[in-house]
Amino acid sequence: MAPLLDVDSLAVTLPSPRGPLPILHDVSLTVDEGELVGIAGESGCGKSLTAQTLLGLLPPGAAVSGSARYAGTELLGLDTKGWQRVRGAGIAMVFQDPSAALHPMLTVGRQLTEHMRVHLRMDRRAASRRAVELLDQVRIPDPERALRAYPHQFSGGMRQRVAIAIALAAQPRLLIADEPTTALDVTVQAGILALLERLRAETGLAVAFITHDLGVLSALTTRGYIFYAGRVVETGPTGALLTAPTHPYTAALLGARPHGTQTGGTLRPIPGAPPAPGEAPPGCPFQPRCGYAEPSCGDAPPPLTPAGADRSVACVVRPRLEVAA
Amino acid sequence: MTTVHDGEPGAVATTASRPRGAHPLLTFLAKRVAVTAGLLLGVTVVTFGLVNVVPGDPVTANLSDQALNDPAAVAAFREKWGLDQPLWAQYLHYLGNLLHGDLGHSQQTGRAVLDDLLHYVPATLELALPSMVLALLIGTGIGMLAAVRNGRLTDQLVRVGALLGLSTPPFWLSLVVLYVFFYQLGLAPSGGRLSTDFSPPPTVTGMYTIDAALAGQWDVAWDAAQHLSLPVLVLTSLTVAMLVRFVRSAMLEVLQQDYIRAAYAKGLPTRVVLRRHLLRAGLVPVVTVSGLAFASLLSGTVLVESIFGWPGVGQYAYRSATALDLPAILGVSLFVALVYTLVNLTVDLLYGLIDPRIRLS
Repeated sequence: MAPLLDVDSLAVTLPSPRGPLPILHDVSLTVDEGELVGIAGESGCGKSLTAQTLLGLLPPGAAVSGSARYAGTELLGLDTKGWQRVRGAGIAMVFQDPSAALHPMLTVGRQLTEHMRVHLRMDRRAASRRAVELLDQVRIPDPERALRAYPHQFSGGMRQRVAIAIALAAQPRLLIADEPTTALDVTVQAGILALLERLRAETGLAVAFITHDLGVLSALTTRGYIFYAGRVVETGPTGALLTAPTHPYTAALLGARPHGTQTGGTLRPIPGAPPAPGEAPPGCPFQPRCGYAEPSCGDAPPPLTPAGADRSVACVVRPRLEVAA
Repeated sequence: MTTVHDGEPGAVATTASRPRGAHPLLTFLAKRVAVTAGLLLGVTVVTFGLVNVVPGDPVTANLSDQALNDPAAVAAFREKWGLDQPLWAQYLHYLGNLLHGDLGHSQQTGRAVLDDLLHYVPATLELALPSMVLALLIGTGIGMLAAVRNGRLTDQLVRVGALLGLSTPPFWLSLVVLYVFFYQLGLAPSGGRLSTDFSPPPTVTGMYTIDAALAGQWDVAWDAAQHLSLPVLVLTSLTVAMLVRFVRSAMLEVLQQDYIRAAYAKGLPTRVVLRRHLLRAGLVPVVTVSGLAFASLLSGTVLVESIFGWPGVGQYAYRSATALDLPAILGVSLFVALVYTLVNLTVDLLYGLIDPRIRLS
């Protein structure tokens, strides 16, 4: 069966005052129906830009190449009408900060129903009924009253639940969640993660979960992609990725991760900083920070090559790696 | 407003949980009325002081040379207008009358200042209202268009156009408009409120077009509308030029918000995103500027009114000032102060209507 989302050799270049800046290079990833896939990496590695590309929300002047097929439809090159059909009803998005992503001057009810009425051709009453069900589904108390309320009348966690309900309203098959718990308290975060897992199990929703938090990645997702400087450097089942990483960057990320390390273990920050877009070295982008780098690493960016069951890694050295802790 | 925390059932915050009896809107309005009263009092003090400090004498400004040579006439004039009294007595006298709604009599027209205002204000209102409505519609539309097409040709053209409009002197634009539409094309009359063949309709609102329509005198209404067209064209253009820049920058800021991207991400048609999501959010700063623009239109635009021979507040203010006609100057000042207060109040109330977060907090 073909995957629900199939991204192949995606590259994105953004305009800048100093000329075009390549941000994404040769990104390939798939998401199956009902699958929870994680996309992890440091800030600025191109995770969010991937999400924007998949919704056609890139800034004007962006150049895209490669392919991104959703349910058999090529997304890249869609016209406005085509995008409007995919957005919301096919691929929906939950943003990082619910306070910014909900319109402050429109009621929750309006924001929940407006795209239902467009995509599902519902009348006002049917849309309201479904809105109440959705709010109930994401565990918002007193849904009828919540419909008439404005976003600022809810707490942060409740706002993100509302945002998820809005994203689900037009019955999408793929939900892209762009760091949906980063702006929330840790205690609230667990509730949101549980909600996403429940929705996946109950409705067969596929979720692409973008995060910089490997703890979240292991708690929620079955398969993961590790991004570095606009490239996928390693992919595989989340459990295997996090217990037996094959890319030095993944291993370094695990070492730099504060929670999950055992008491007494040392926190090992990764030396240096990720390269700014356009300033990546000619070879492997991680090579300047890598403890295992060899001269050949500087030649060309290593391609993603199979490395065991369902796994791929973009590293030519393939050192024996020890996981921190 | 309270916020709800996760897992706390059944508690969407409401506005119903108010501890005290008075409706907050009433408290708000009562405060504003008190502030306005204070402000108006201040306006009378300042205007009174200023007019008396200015070199010049209402006697010489109002009486003919012949009358000025007659001490009896001068004394009679001074006594009639209370100018023989000490300044504080004049002021208290004026204030006492003001409390009874008596604005005094204009030394120039000889009529009650209130009657004068009731005559001139509707004329200005008849210009200001359509100019403002048109400017708001056109200015918001063009400003939004420029914001959406940020940096592209349309945007550049709009910005150049707005700059040109802003740097155009009103009198020059009035003259050009007169030359083209009256002199060259003969499409519109040159000035005044009505052609000489018509007499003004029975007064209801004081606005000729509306009064004529109310009286069923459609030919008069049409004639009055034609007389309105050119000054309204000038005032609209100038106001549009002012609004466009504000609308554009306000909308640009909103366009960068996550909730606009979220609206697009929901698959809403572009026009819905622009009309419902963008317009609503960009309206708050626009309302502020529009309020100021409307207040300045209402306080009279002397140059435009003069060129089009429009008997409005601007002309009245100008003539009163040159004649040092104290009661009239005070009347106009009070009117202008009142206009600004009312417009500000309306703007504040509109904020609450547009943005639920501001609702009278």
